Amino acid sequence: MNVLLDHFPEFRDGFIGTVSITAVSSVIALVLGVVIAGFRVSPVPPLRFFGTAWVTLLRNTPLTLLFLVFFFVVPEILFPGMSPFVLASLALGLYTSSFVCEAVRSGISTVPLGQAEAARSLGMGFSQTLRLIVLPQATRTVLPPMSSIFIALTKNSAIAGAFSVTELFGWQTLMSEQGYAIAPVFFWVAVAYLVITFAISGLFRLLERTMEVAR
Amino acid sequence: MKLRKTAAVAVAVLALTATACGGKEGSAGDKPATKPGDAAAPKLPTYAVASGVDLNSPTFKKAKERGKLIIGSKADQPYLGFEDQATKVRSGFDIEIAKMIAAELGFSPDKIEWKTVNSKLRETAISTGQVDYYVGTYTINDKRKAQVGFAGPYYKAGADLLVRKDETAITGPESVKGKKVCSITGSTPLQEIKKPQYGAETVELGKYSDCVQQLLTKQVDAVTTDDSILKGYAAANKGKLKVVGKPFTEEPYGIGISKEDKVLRDKVNDVLEKFEKDGTYKKIYEATLGLSGSAYTEPPAVVRY
Repeated sequence: MNVLLDHFPEFRDGFIGTVSITAVSSVIALVLGVVIAGFRVSPVPPLRFFGTAWVTLLRNTPLTLLFLVFFFVVPEILFPGMSPFVLASLALGLYTSSFVCEAVRSGISTVPLGQAEAARSLGMGFSQTLRLIVLPQATRTVLPPMSSIFIALTKNSAIAGAFSVTELFGWQTLMSEQGYAIAPVFFWVAVAYLVITFAISGLFRLLERTMEVAR
Repeated sequence: MKLRKTAAVAVAVLALTATACGGKEGSAGDKPATKPGDAAAPKLPTYAVASGVDLNSPTFKKAKERGKLIIGSKADQPYLGFEDQATKVRSGFDIEIAKMIAAELGFSPDKIEWKTVNSKLRETAISTGQVDYYVGTYTINDKRKAQVGFAGPYYKAGADLLVRKDETAITGPESVKGKKVCSITGSTPLQEIKKPQYGAETVELGKYSDCVQQLLTKQVDAVTTDDSILKGYAAANKGKLKVVGKPFTEEPYGIGISKEDKVLRDKVNDVLEKFEKDGTYKKIYEATLGLSGSAYTEPPAVVRY
């Protein structure tokens, strides 16, 4: 208890840091993931190829390696002087986008083919069919795996702590460095993560309930 | 003939340094330029293994039964506690101090099992008896004293700054305002240099070698941590990096021993005093940390409690 009371401001900063990097990366992952999933089911071969390459590359790269690339290679070649927070959000967001993409794609394939064919016969184009007919129906199926993906993202954000982003991992290192016993420190960090991940799973449960339809 | 040999060694050392600074990932501190044991280096002392040692210490008794001593150390600090990944041979100042104590307890080097302990887990490893004692840039402070016992101090380090060789703007901690300074996430010198009186911008990474890499590629302006560690990196990157040499904190290094084991703590203090007096300590320093070009300083007096 002492460790939390003595260093509450740092703990709060760490918690806010974890929440913000999770939030920003989630948005990046969601937007990119859906777009890339659209690419992968599109009738245009180059787009399909791009989508496949994107997923293959990012999904099979260890996240730590991706962070290293973003922190040691990207600033050298592309944009020097980007803030660590932005770099970390990008690394985490791009990495997770490949998982989101695959979840969305599996959702799309659960929508009966007749739905898309019916849309086509009404004269809708590809993007209209996807937007108005297929994705709304796919969303229901996608929610459970999505909630797992975003919970994993929350926990993966700890890696950003080793790359100059203030978050819970950094608080834990700071406390260990100052000589606090390791068990209570980890206990409070675990509680903080639980708060975030429970909030995420609660949100998804809510979404699932609102989207339920009688089948 | 002798001259030719020396020349050959020099060339070999140069080649090593060149590859050590190849700029590939993790090359910072891969190979100290002059490894302890090279022909060019000052000779390490040998320690006579004591026989018939008997201590009324639980840790010592356990080690005796086991038939070997388990010592905790670091593996990634050139000249201090370094493990050659290819040969698994450990070298450096802390390693030698640990061996010297082991010999006085009656354990020869082949009866030592080394264990690399992460900084976060030092207190846990010592208090739960995973290691018999720990030697590795371990700063004595009161918070830690509540969990473990300390013999020593055996060396006084202080937080300093490592900069590129051609750096002129950074001359000490008071000249880092607005500069980017790198260290390990949550480390003490970083908290210090953040303070308004210095006002540095900080970059916090997971490993010192990452920081050194960023310094070499000019993404940060300085690296801060204990001067002993920085000297090792400066020596491993000869001609590219230098230590500023204006310490701004005090970091007395101690040997971590189980808190209850006062007998062993006193014994280790005796050993330290004995070898500091007879010059062995100085010999160890010159064959390890001394190679990084820093002058020998008298060791601090041990504190018994």
